[in-house]
Amino acid sequence: MNPASYLTLAAILFCIGLYGVLTKRNAVIVLLSIELMLNAVNLNLVAFSKYGVQPSFTGQLFSLFTMTVAAAEAAVGVAILIALYRARATVNVDEFDELRR
Amino acid sequence: MIFNIELTGEFIAFFLLAVCAIAGAVLALSLTKVVHTTLSLAFTFISLAGLYVVLGAEFVAFVQVLLYVGAVTILMIFGIMMTRHQDTEERSRPLLEALAAVGCIALLGILIFAIRDAGFTAGGAALAADSTREIGRLMFTEMAIPFELVSVLLTVAFIGAVAIAKREEDAE
Repeated sequence: MNPASYLTLAAILFCIGLYGVLTKRNAVIVLLSIELMLNAVNLNLVAFSKYGVQPSFTGQLFSLFTMTVAAAEAAVGVAILIALYRARATVNVDEFDELRR
Repeated sequence: MIFNIELTGEFIAFFLLAVCAIAGAVLALSLTKVVHTTLSLAFTFISLAGLYVVLGAEFVAFVQVLLYVGAVTILMIFGIMMTRHQDTEERSRPLLEALAAVGCIALLGILIFAIRDAGFTAGGAALAADSTREIGRLMFTEMAIPFELVSVLLTVAFIGAVAIAKREEDAE
């Protein structure tokens, strides 16, 4: 099978995630859209680990590292979300605009 | 070029799982309640785990289910639970959404053109069948230092997350 199919699927998922990050106002949905974008990158890595010019397991290993960093990012993101919610009593990202005023 | 595909089992599995993944992602952005969005994205993550199995990466698929469906989605549900949501998106911003849609579709077009233009072909040698054993061997020989660094990063991030979420509580 052609690796281009997997890369196209990953591109579609990445663009859906990017659209979610840009348009959604709820911070939880923004964080989840970032996870979706990271997943699309993982799909690229695993697809190249099987269908690349030189197939090797390094791609799968790198996708594991990416997942670890994504988990750390999600944990810190939710912690910041809760801290911000305590300070401002809202989760809408366009109301966190103190630095813009 | 797209249409002369042979209907192998891998293609059928890829097609079904790809439709599931894209449907979950699109549904996640169109649903109004936050919990529904989270569950819909969990469906996308499970479909991606299926795609990893199709690609012969069973260990990565297992970690995907364990980490994304089991941990990240549940963490987000806890985040929803700890904060108060006015369940629906109240006012939409049509100009921003149109601009973002145009930008994303343009990026998608560029990416698909680049992928089609690059002319990837399937590589020569096949991978070893036992992917879990090979990943374990690589992780503790060649990739030992990145593995340790990632574990340090994870510890630091989780301690930092606990510190951020806890200090505000003391300040009140």
